[in-house]
Amino acid sequence: MPDEKIEVRNLKLSYGPREVLHGISFDVYENEIFAVIGPAQSGKTSLLRCMNRTIDFVANARVSGTIKVDGQNVRKIGHSFFKRLAGKRPPRFSDVFELRRAVGMVAPLPVGLPLSIYDNVAFAPRASGLTRRADLDAIVEKCLRQAALWDEVKERLHSLGTKLSGGQQQRLTIARALSHQPEVLCLDEFSIAIDPVTTMRIEDVLKELRKEITIILVTNLTQQARRLADRTMFLWNGEIVELDSNEVIFSDSPKDRKTYEYVNGIFG
Amino acid sequence: MSSSPTRKQRQRPRRALWAVAGETLLEWIIRLSGISAIIFVLAIFVFVFREAAPVLTNEEFNLVEFFTSIAWYPTSAQNVRYGTLALIAGTFSVTALAMALAVPFGLGGAIYISEFCRPRTREVLKIVIELLAAVPSVVWGFIGLTVMSRLLVEYGGAPVGVNMLNGAIILALMAVPIIVSIGEDALKAVPDSFREAGIAMGASRWQLIYRVLLPAAKNGLLAAVLLGIGRAVGETMAVLMATGHAVQIPHGILDPIRTLTANVAAELGEAPAGSPHYRVLFMTGVLLFTITFVVNLTADFVIRGVKRK
Amino acid sequence: MVTNENSPDQARFTKTRFGRRTELTERIAKTVFFLMSVAMIVPLVAIISYLVIRAWPSLSLEFVLDVPRKGMTQGGIWPAFVGTVYLVFISLAVSAPIGVMAAVYLNEYAKDNWLNRTINLAVINLAGVPSIVHALFGLGAFVYAARFGYSILSASLTLAIMTLPVIIASTREALASVPMSFREACWNVGATRWQTIRSIVLPNSISGILTGVILQVSRAAGETAPIMFTGAVFFKSIERGDLFAYNLNEQCMALSMHLYTVTTQVPKVEESIPYATAVVLLGSVLVVNATAIAFRVWLRARKKW
Repeated sequence: MPDEKIEVRNLKLSYGPREVLHGISFDVYENEIFAVIGPAQSGKTSLLRCMNRTIDFVANARVSGTIKVDGQNVRKIGHSFFKRLAGKRPPRFSDVFELRRAVGMVAPLPVGLPLSIYDNVAFAPRASGLTRRADLDAIVEKCLRQAALWDEVKERLHSLGTKLSGGQQQRLTIARALSHQPEVLCLDEFSIAIDPVTTMRIEDVLKELRKEITIILVTNLTQQARRLADRTMFLWNGEIVELDSNEVIFSDSPKDRKTYEYVNGIFG
Repeated sequence: MSSSPTRKQRQRPRRALWAVAGETLLEWIIRLSGISAIIFVLAIFVFVFREAAPVLTNEEFNLVEFFTSIAWYPTSAQNVRYGTLALIAGTFSVTALAMALAVPFGLGGAIYISEFCRPRTREVLKIVIELLAAVPSVVWGFIGLTVMSRLLVEYGGAPVGVNMLNGAIILALMAVPIIVSIGEDALKAVPDSFREAGIAMGASRWQLIYRVLLPAAKNGLLAAVLLGIGRAVGETMAVLMATGHAVQIPHGILDPIRTLTANVAAELGEAPAGSPHYRVLFMTGVLLFTITFVVNLTADFVIRGVKRK
Repeated sequence: MVTNENSPDQARFTKTRFGRRTELTERIAKTVFFLMSVAMIVPLVAIISYLVIRAWPSLSLEFVLDVPRKGMTQGGIWPAFVGTVYLVFISLAVSAPIGVMAAVYLNEYAKDNWLNRTINLAVINLAGVPSIVHALFGLGAFVYAARFGYSILSASLTLAIMTLPVIIASTREALASVPMSFREACWNVGATRWQTIRSIVLPNSISGILTGVILQVSRAAGETAPIMFTGAVFFKSIERGDLFAYNLNEQCMALSMHLYTVTTQVPKVEESIPYATAVVLLGSVLVVNATAIAFRVWLRARKKW
């Protein structure tokens, strides 16, 4: 029996009067690739934003239910400033920023920050208080290697990250997401802005990474989920239609008829 | 059990407490600065009103007379009268005349810049307009007093050079840059799809502007005009120097007039602090504050109407 | 076939009478609008050249450096020039930090609630308050209530409040030009709001912010009404070329005020002196403005994304 890394229970999310997630519950296990598939507008991105609490930035979003990462409810994370001031041991994630570093996120469109390539990757470690040059150098090299970008940029680490090509920027984004040593990496349709060759390279990277971390892969390419994931969840209109291992989901006889139809391109 | 040994102990770098505390402090200072704008607006009203308020109980002062009488004799020995109607009339007549001059040119300029000219010309024109907006009001007043008044006497047949028309021309020159830049923003905010649809239907550019763009941008253009009015009503030095100094209801555009703002600027220096005259001038300030407050709020609501669409 | 041998295309697409009329209206419209734009430029150029010609006899570096002589009917404008510099820099030293922080709050922190809507309205109204009302406020609040007296301090604070809303507006615009995706990328890697602002938002909008502040230099320099009753005087005697002549609690002369004085209050001024004063004031304002604009154009060319 594998360990639960993330437990989601009865998660509801609404934007103003419109409910987009209708009370969903599922677990994500440690060191698996967990794919979420489903048509547009089915609440996939919103789900990820709940996990790392970037949903806080959406003005009219209302969340209920629990999301636990390593047993700690992320919705209850405060600042624990006074706890630390008093010398007590803070909880697993002492503040929401620490949670966001533990649950990394790669957005659909590549975003190179208007900084040098080096600073792009060193940004998160610096934000967490790391300043030693040697540590930063090591992290930058490791993450760029992991994201399969090192060889292309090692000669020009100090040129602007925004001047890289789209595919390179997406790998830079992944390197940046790895730089804060996440325990969970969420990828939100990472391949929509890049070419198939780069996509395959990144997929290889993910297969490597899965030895160390848990990966949640949101995609609307069902074939990508089939290639990469251990388990796949089919989300439709804010509800879980089916969640099972890939052998079941992508077989000829998943439990739900809709899954079969979606996976095989009959609807969606 | 496959629980990895590192799971609970994995140590992540954590920011130092002083850094967190400093940041929190800074964020509160930023919040405070944000609220300062409200504080300042309230403070302006409170302090101006505080200086004005005692006159409300003065028996020589009558609030009805303040608004309806044209008799303004603040320093008279026997018959002190504080009627601002002539000043209000002066303010509104010069503003109206200025707008009659500025609105066609301002909107025309906005349309030309946004629809007709080439990008390079546009850049140049926008810079010129920005520079035009930067000319200090006292310089405009000086121009009114020296250049414009001479022109009006020589070519306009005016008995005195400093008069309502002079002030209105100067105010128009000051208001045009505002109308152009805000009007151009409003036109730019009309989606290109409107233009493309119009062109696809074979409309000429003029038809496009007249039938499509002006209706679509009308709120923004109205707001541009309102803000121009706001500036003209509140302008002090230029009208002080260019409109002459007669407290009277104007009968023609070549009559000299005095506005609310110019009146305060001209008389505040001579009114002893705390005297009824001094307080009445502050009361005029309250009136001016209220007028511009209403004009600006209206402009804002009109603009917001655009954004909601 | 009756088509024209030379240009068959033209023959097929002959202009109808209606078509010709549209073309005509279009040409007229374009000309009219063009003339309207020209009508804005011509006065600026004409007036400036007229002022410069009339001012020519007095214009020189000596005019700026010299003090007024013989009851301000002769001599230069040094005390007024220095006074304006003092007023501008002290007022901006107050309003720029507050204004920039207020804009950061409004653009980066504020949620859409009643408080922040009120702040927005307040900023808009603050920008619309007539300058003479600012003068009354400065007189009531700083000169009397705060007991700063008629002084550079009172005048600068009045100017500061006057320039504040415009600094807020221009800074907000600069901040808003930084794409939202940059902020989201930062938040995703666990940066706090302030870390995001400090390392991404501010460095990429500082040029726009600075341009806005520089533009306020010229606005503050030209204002007359707010300083007239709070700290500027007709005449103050200081040494020729002395840069540190004023104290914070003293009154000072100012260029804009000086222009008003020599045109309307002082009899028998040497004829070119008011013109020269106007040219120096207008010149400094336009030079500052042009610098800000050039700065902006230059920075826009080396944008990072």
